[in-house]
Amino acid sequence: MAQNSTVLICGEQEEGKITAVTKELLGVGKILAGGLNGKLSALIIGSDIRDSGEEAIVYGADNVYLVEDPLLSQYNPDSYTTAITQACQQIGPSVVLLGHTTMGRDVAGRVAFRLGCFPCMNCTNLDIDSKSLVQTRSVYGGNAIAVVVSRDSQLQLATIKPRAMTPLEPDSSRKGEIENIKVKIDDPAIRTKLVSTTKEEVEGIKLEDARVIVAGGGGIGDAEGFQLLQDFARILGGAVGTTTVPYDEGWVPTTSMVIGDSGKTVKPDLYIAIGIRGASQHITGCSESKLMVAINKDSDAGIFKVSDLGVVADYRKVLPPLIERCKALLAT
Amino acid sequence: MNIVVCVKQVLDPEMPTEKFRLKDNQVISPEGIPLVINPCDAQAVEAALRVKEKHGGKITAITVGTDESKEVVRRALAMGADEGIILTDDAFAGSDSLATAYILAQAIQKIDAVDLVLCGREAADWSMGIVGPVLAERLNLPLITLAKNIELLDNNILKVERIIPDGYQVFEVSLPAVLTVSNEIGLPRLPTGMGIINAVRKEIPVWSNQDINTDVSLIGANAEGLKLLSLSMPERERKCEIVGGETPDEVAGNLAGKLRVAGVI
Ligand SMILES: Cc1cc2nc3c(=O)[nH]c(=O)nc-3n(C[C@H](O)[C@H](O)[C@H](O)COP(=O)(O)OP(=O)(O)OC[C@H]3O[C@@H](n4cnc5c(N)ncnc54)[C@H](O)[C@@H]3O)c2cc1C
Ligand SMILES: Nc1ncnc2c1ncn2[C@@H]1O[C@H](COP(=O)(O)O)[C@@H](O)[C@H]1O
Repeated sequence: MAQNSTVLICGEQEEGKITAVTKELLGVGKILAGGLNGKLSALIIGSDIRDSGEEAIVYGADNVYLVEDPLLSQYNPDSYTTAITQACQQIGPSVVLLGHTTMGRDVAGRVAFRLGCFPCMNCTNLDIDSKSLVQTRSVYGGNAIAVVVSRDSQLQLATIKPRAMTPLEPDSSRKGEIENIKVKIDDPAIRTKLVSTTKEEVEGIKLEDARVIVAGGGGIGDAEGFQLLQDFARILGGAVGTTTVPYDEGWVPTTSMVIGDSGKTVKPDLYIAIGIRGASQHITGCSESKLMVAINKDSDAGIFKVSDLGVVADYRKVLPPLIERCKALLAT
Repeated sequence: MNIVVCVKQVLDPEMPTEKFRLKDNQVISPEGIPLVINPCDAQAVEAALRVKEKHGGKITAITVGTDESKEVVRRALAMGADEGIILTDDAFAGSDSLATAYILAQAIQKIDAVDLVLCGREAADWSMGIVGPVLAERLNLPLITLAKNIELLDNNILKVERIIPDGYQVFEVSLPAVLTVSNEIGLPRLPTGMGIINAVRKEIPVWSNQDINTDVSLIGANAEGLKLLSLSMPERERKCEIVGGETPDEVAGNLAGKLRVAGVI
């Protein structure tokens, strides 16, 4: 593979629009391309993707490669792994970036293996230091932060954590070439079949967009407790989040409400942690909230160390009056 | 069904945050806190047991580690796995996820007629989540990641529910295949008394590199793909003001007042 100083981002699109993480990939990709004195290219795969190609340029790509194939109209791990690998071989970038998404985290390991490099997953920051990709990521369940470089600087591949990096401002005066490239996908190489996709979207405001989050943990004790949290969140105009415990116990319907290492990362103005111990795997997903409030009956709970305001009490006693008090204040 | 489950020994991720310590860019294993089976790997064992309960078969738990890692294989046996294998060799020490996948692949190829290989979604240390995918590449098998439910259909087809951020996808794959198992599969069963007794009695073979013939230039610390520049602990501490009051209602009033002053409600 002929290597040049290209940073190639594997973009994703939904209904003709590039996704948020694609914009973030372009944002960080631009900085890396600057560090390498190279260009920033975007790869987009699917069918009917020309508009997304143009949007990628508006968000910073110097040029775009489109891989259009009916076999790629729907995400499939086998065909996408093959397509991305072949595209990388044709383009010859020195850095390949993907989002740590449904697609990226699925294909990155396999693409890297086929290209002969080491994939660094779920990076929260990327930088260039004398041609090497410096990768920052959370390890040990958020207890530590590791900074690593690839030993091989010929080709470096990483996935980025969604929402960790900043997109560029769109600029419609940016110009760039859009080019189609061809890949060869054999039917026998497709060994898995996507049968269906089920969305379990929670009603109301999305966690990632919520300005206020009321989060409940193992201390909530039952599904009724979560009903109380829902009421509270509704009054505050916020959303309900959880730790893994309520999901495991079946008190909440879906894993998409989990915040933390294996769930979502959120940065609301107000985070109210109720009956949550404060395990690192949870805190890593909410530690950038502006105001952290903890309600826990154990005054030694670690959650108080990472909170601005704390109440040491059984939530069943303080939450009903708190809801009333907030309601009253919000009415004024 | 012949199922292989890859299990790793890790620092207990559920230990209190204050016990987590670093020295010279390394994690110090705190005294008195035993290493544990990686939680997702226990869940992978659970997934294997559920398949076996319905369809019969044999479960082999396999680990790359040291003599001490016997414990995690024993844990899998105590849960109900049938066999264990420990891969230990000086040449394996310090292997990263890519090298570990290679070692596991060489070993799995020595096991007869494997239908299904299960890994955890990721190891609770470096959380790379790439052993499973690379293992699939090495074995030239199809892969489905982040499984939250698996069901064996007729004709050797496995139906897999795969976690996505707001729901799940359903995939079908014909066996043999590799899966990574996510925590959403549900809590793993605890070992039974009988299980523990069986596990202690069971002979666990130890395989060295002689048994699996890896190219040593591709494994161990020297073959690491990444070089660590620094390991540090994040700054998260805040100064917490405890809000008090005589009655729950008074506490609630005081807290609501502070939230108002802070401008968040
Ligand atoms: C690989 C891995 C990934 C993980 N990823 C995540 C993740 O993404 N997100 C996540 O949250 N966790 C995650 N975890 C789990 C995490 O390690 C903790 O187990 C979990 O966060 C603990 O949840 P908790 O604090 O709600 O529950 P518990 O540990 O059960 O704590 C309950 C707390 O509630 C308090 N309490 C009890 N009753 C009351 C009451 N009536 N009123 C007030 N307080 C009360 C108790 O004092 C206690 O502090 C992960 C673990 C692993 C191993
Ligand atoms: N040393 C090991 N021995 C056996 N299995 C392992 C080992 N390391 C990782 N695995 C498996 O690979 C999964 C993902 O590991 P990783 O890619 O390192 O996050 C784990 O959940 C295990 O199932």
